[in-house]
Amino acid sequence: MATPNVPLWEVFIRSRNGLAHKHVGSLHATDATLALQAARDIYTRRGEGLSIWVVPSNAITASDPAEKGMMFEPAETKIYRHPTFYDVPDEVGHM
Amino acid sequence: MYTQALNSSDGDDRGVEDVARANQFQARIDADERIEPNDWMPAAYRKTLTRQISQHAHSEIVGMLPEGNWITRAPSLRRKAALLAKVQDECGHGLYLYAAAETLGTSREELVDGMLSGKAKYSSIFNYPTLTWADIGTIGWLVDGAAIMNQIPLCRCSYGPYARAMIRVCKEESFHQRQGFEIMVTLCRGTAEQKAMAQNALDRWWWPVLMMFGPPDQVSQHSDTSTKWKIKRFSNDELRQKFIDATVPQAEFLGLTIPDPGMKQNENGNWEHSPIDWDEFKQVLAGNGPCNRDRLAARRKAHEEGAWVREAAMAYAEKRKSRQRAQAAE
Repeated sequence: MATPNVPLWEVFIRSRNGLAHKHVGSLHATDATLALQAARDIYTRRGEGLSIWVVPSNAITASDPAEKGMMFEPAETKIYRHPTFYDVPDEVGHM
Repeated sequence: MYTQALNSSDGDDRGVEDVARANQFQARIDADERIEPNDWMPAAYRKTLTRQISQHAHSEIVGMLPEGNWITRAPSLRRKAALLAKVQDECGHGLYLYAAAETLGTSREELVDGMLSGKAKYSSIFNYPTLTWADIGTIGWLVDGAAIMNQIPLCRCSYGPYARAMIRVCKEESFHQRQGFEIMVTLCRGTAEQKAMAQNALDRWWWPVLMMFGPPDQVSQHSDTSTKWKIKRFSNDELRQKFIDATVPQAEFLGLTIPDPGMKQNENGNWEHSPIDWDEFKQVLAGNGPCNRDRLAARRKAHEEGAWVREAAMAYAEKRKSRQRAQAAE
């Protein structure tokens, strides 16, 4: 008999002080406590982290990949937001 | 760690649902873009990957059995701790891979049931027994060595979740191979009896390990589609050759003889092996290897005996949820 679907969790780990939590993968667990323990066992066997977040996958709202053109176009056309857009005379050196 | 002959695709994409989308998809692959779970993909791409990734996951899980067999009999505490850590890694690798396979739309329960029912395959190498401690060394050295050859190109596979899982796996795999080789070095520097045990293990594992790379290119089915989709980046024979060329000097270092008297080095420096007994490979894949029945029986027993834990955890989560609902209603 197939076991009923166990909820899916997304796992985020902060590797060092000063860095942000980063998505590392997902796992199944019946509740948050077990999800944290499983995340510890599956994703931090070699000192990968100082902090773990587990988030129910269905609590994440994601942008639609089919609309990524429209979603990100506004930024793509604004190259003047990047420092390399601006000319600094060579004599000035590194800025 | 262990893909093998799994990277053959389910047919090609003829009669694909939408030609324009299929062309766009192929253009993205050609531009080396990664395909992500919610992106459009041809049904055959989804099916091929679901099968390959889940079979890879099953292989990791079944792969714990032959090595787990030696944990309680490891010759020292150091060896025991390393073997235990390695087997835990295999479990972790299986779990990363199941999670990657699930992103394609098949539930974990269905994937696991496919393995337990015998419908889904796993790497044929785990249907061979681990008779002596030297087998543990040989598995790390050769089986994991072969797996690394197979897996490094998969880190650049076109499907994002699979590629990311493989990056994690490959980082951890190198420890497996080195601990295996260290066991072999120790045995080969030991007594004549220990060295004979190492040679015996190599004799038994060599040919099954060469089979791990899958059938020769001229008979490998559908491998063109997998190559076109950048799931597969090197052919079975290319990877096998790379593995042999890397392994021959290691065997020489150990003072062991590769059990292929016909093997010779050609003018390009590649070692050419004698013909492989593909009938044996087919027999093992068909379920008639030395340990097929044992392996499946062990997995089924573990799954059944763990059922009460899964049920209890679900019941506890339900109880807490309903208690919280009742408190919120007060």
